[in-house]
Amino acid sequence: MSVALSAQDINRALTRISHEIIEKNQGSANIVLLGIPTRGAHLASRISSIIASIEGAEVPTGTLDITLFRDDLRMRPPRAIMPTKIPTTGIEGKDVVLVDDVLFSGRTIRAALDALGEIGRPRTVQLAALVDRGHRELPIKADFVGKNLPTSKNQSVKVLLSEIDGRDEVTIEEEAQ
Amino acid sequence: MKHLLSISNLNKSEAISILDTASELSRVSDGAVKKLPTLRGRTIVNLFAEDSTRTRISFEAAAKRLSADVINFSAKGSSLSKGESLKDTAMTLQAMGADAVVIRHPASGAAQRLADSEWMSGSVVNAGDGTHEHPSQALLDAFTIRKHLGMGGSDLSGLSVAIVGDILHSRVARSNVLLLSMLGAQVTLVAPPTLLPVGIANWPATVSYDFDSVIPHVDVVMMLRVQQERMTDLFFPNAREYSRYFGLNSDRMAQMKSGAIVMHPGPMNRGLEISAEVADSARSVITEQVTNGVSVRMAILYVLLAGGALEVGSN
Repeated sequence: MSVALSAQDINRALTRISHEIIEKNQGSANIVLLGIPTRGAHLASRISSIIASIEGAEVPTGTLDITLFRDDLRMRPPRAIMPTKIPTTGIEGKDVVLVDDVLFSGRTIRAALDALGEIGRPRTVQLAALVDRGHRELPIKADFVGKNLPTSKNQSVKVLLSEIDGRDEVTIEEEAQ
Repeated sequence: MKHLLSISNLNKSEAISILDTASELSRVSDGAVKKLPTLRGRTIVNLFAEDSTRTRISFEAAAKRLSADVINFSAKGSSLSKGESLKDTAMTLQAMGADAVVIRHPASGAAQRLADSEWMSGSVVNAGDGTHEHPSQALLDAFTIRKHLGMGGSDLSGLSVAIVGDILHSRVARSNVLLLSMLGAQVTLVAPPTLLPVGIANWPATVSYDFDSVIPHVDVVMMLRVQQERMTDLFFPNAREYSRYFGLNSDRMAQMKSGAIVMHPGPMNRGLEISAEVADSARSVITEQVTNGVSVRMAILYVLLAGGALEVGSN
């Protein structure tokens, strides 16, 4: 097991991502942040408070559960459905930034795009990921990346966040074959 | 979990996770687009050998909102009325590739028989078997109670529920007693002695013959339909007397705690077990039970059909 990002690295990465989001969207007025549960939701609320402290205005932030839109539902045991909370501003005509912890095959994001389509029509959809570990199976790319981690397919990337795991850390583990 | 046959096959965490799943799914029913792709390509057969309005259309709506294909199959107008056996019907459904069968049948144990047999390989959902159980109704009742009166917790501890009327013939009562007591509620059964089943002392509930003494102390009054079609005997002298002692009318409703709710699984005999004023009053959550039924049945189909064993509370 090796540590890829320390607590301080995560903090810096989120601060940079927050600045990039503001820069790309020329302010935070039209942004809606949607985190993908579980850890993406915590990252979204952290980014939200960083943006609020920079811009001095709250950013509508919510969560988007994608379980019901997965394409691998039949291949594994059913997962518990997590809450979806769309901010009262809605997403119609907004610049929606999806936030997830690890970007891997891209299938989660495909499902998230489907889930968004059921809710409304944003002006743009952007993607922020704390870690991009490669091995995409779909034509999907992140707009904001905390860190690119080159990994092999039989490694697993674990993101720990203080809200649920008690500490902030990203590790890479060799999976037992 | 492959089948849903009886509440007694569920444990508390499975029951709560069905309720939690239902409350997330209820947002779909509130949304603009009431459709999810989750069960696309799955076939669900509604096999109803007994009359039903709510349960059948509720399962149908639930399956359609999850994008499953639904085949409705009722006794009237099918070979069941020509005397086809359950086995032959089941083998026909298997040959058509049904992924799940939702079965309502006048014989107690019919759903269990179908699940235990090797006639078909799909999931079986019991939508009411004789006077045995009606688990999806109990789950939607628990969901409705939790939504109205739950104290923020995931279960029903601290609440007391009176189930009133024809307990003897009621599969709804059997499933509800098991589920509500498992979720921590105190259940009191109120009925004339003739309408209580043998062995009631072993049920996880207390029994009372006096509705008026129970009504001021409970949070939920669940009225049951007097099932005249199952009554082969004289269980009470006449409808007026039954209504006087065990019916819920405005006078009795006035004795209820503030915030207490009135439930009825439907169909109602207005004027017999429940008066029209009560059924249409602000305390009545009877139509909301129907709405919640769709979300709860979506959750049941999701849990049974979206994969293998249910992971409780994991990511």
